[in-house]
Amino acid sequence: METDCLVKATDICINFGERHVLQHVNLTVQKGQIVTLIGPNGAGKTTLVRIVLGLLKAQKGNVVKPADLRIGYMPQKLHVEPTMPITVKRFLQLGGRIDSAYIGQILQEVRISHLLDQQLRAISGGELQRVLLARALSQSPQLLVLDEPAQGVDVAGQAELYQLIGEIRDRHNCGVLMISHDLHLVMATTDEVVCLNHHICCHGRPEQVSVDPSYLALFGKKEAQGFAIYTHHHNHRHDIDGGIIEKKNG
Amino acid sequence: MADFVLRALIAGMCIALVAGPLGSFVVWRRMSYFGDTLAHSSLLGITLGILLDINLQVAVIACSLVFAVVLIFLQRKKTLSTDTLLGILAHSTLAFGLLILSLSNIVQVNLVAYLFGDLLTIGTTDLYWVIGCTAIIALLLLFLWNGLLTITVHEELAEVEGVAVGKLHGLMVLMIALLIAVSMKIVGVLLITSLLIIPPAAARRFAQTPEQMALIASVAGCLSVGFGLLMSYELDTPAGPSIVVTACAFFLVSYLTPSLSGRRTQ
Repeated sequence: METDCLVKATDICINFGERHVLQHVNLTVQKGQIVTLIGPNGAGKTTLVRIVLGLLKAQKGNVVKPADLRIGYMPQKLHVEPTMPITVKRFLQLGGRIDSAYIGQILQEVRISHLLDQQLRAISGGELQRVLLARALSQSPQLLVLDEPAQGVDVAGQAELYQLIGEIRDRHNCGVLMISHDLHLVMATTDEVVCLNHHICCHGRPEQVSVDPSYLALFGKKEAQGFAIYTHHHNHRHDIDGGIIEKKNG
Repeated sequence: MADFVLRALIAGMCIALVAGPLGSFVVWRRMSYFGDTLAHSSLLGITLGILLDINLQVAVIACSLVFAVVLIFLQRKKTLSTDTLLGILAHSTLAFGLLILSLSNIVQVNLVAYLFGDLLTIGTTDLYWVIGCTAIIALLLLFLWNGLLTITVHEELAEVEGVAVGKLHGLMVLMIALLIAVSMKIVGVLLITSLLIIPPAAARRFAQTPEQMALIASVAGCLSVGFGLLMSYELDTPAGPSIVVTACAFFLVSYLTPSLSGRRTQ
């Protein structure tokens, strides 16, 4: 195994009853690399991620990762039990690191410092995604595993979130494995795209995948032309509270 | 104050103290039916204890713990929905217990005391059992608190972060089983779960953190036991219902008072 290889899954197969959910899937994440899994609903994306994390055992194939690999995991959804009072700070402390300075630093990194003492139940869906990202970061991860990080976030916010994930990768030099529905929103920050529909349809650089016949067959031409929503330029952007941030020159 | 009241009071307070945090988990994890099932099955322990002529407290504790292990095992199999599974087990064990008890006319058993709790039945040995068992639970809760809370918020996240989810979940169920087994004589089989549920529910509105909720629940539980036993002593009412009615009154008061902490608006 190469030294920069964080996780290497080989020939993964799993069936749920009669359904072949994953067939002969290979996946590698290197240090400093962002790998995005895309594919339609029910394509086995989350299943693959669960196998990589060790939450689920593949029926065939194996996953190799260093025994001491620190993983920061951001689950698809966090159901906040209405009967449980818990602040953002306390939630982050449950990750194992309890010193306030450290928590504050992470919150600043994902730009939600103002939420520190808020109840987890009282914050918005987009804010909750950032709290989950902060929890993943609290593990000082070598590998970040993000299951649909942009779920429930509006389009402008999604672009900003993916940009943030790119920044995090640059700063921590960690590997990132994430699931996304939408290739075009993640193109800018992704190194490698793996298009999954029970088996790997195609993989490669995002601009290669977006013109790959098997990708087009899976998502259709219309979706593939959706570049427009992404390539126009804003003269400002919004912070998480919706305030306008003027674009810096340069 | 009569000795037996003092014994019941001390025992009740010990139970209420650990029922606060443990009950909070029952509320957060939506395990109230789970508690009921364990409680109902503990009657089977009484029956077996009488039939085999062994110490009843030991029989109840053993039976509850064995049953808890069976429940954990069945839950992992995921063959039936937990709700249905618990429904079947809760009532069939209760029925079995009652049936065997009525068929064996070896001794005349005061069934009502076991179903609804009886102050007069708390002997010195019972008190030691309660103190010992609740002390064990309290220590476990103290040491495992963070882990238990982590698996309650999100099990898979906890597992990825290296928390022993299965072990902690098992221990939590065993703690609940143990607490139910020792509090049976005071509160009674049919009402035990309410002591786990109502104080945390009453505490919910005044808490900002899980720890506050657990602590307030303990205090509310102790007050319920105190006033409940006082009522039982003065009015000669059964202990269990008196405690539960008091706890319920606390819940209503907390529900109807405007939130003291003030809603955080920003």
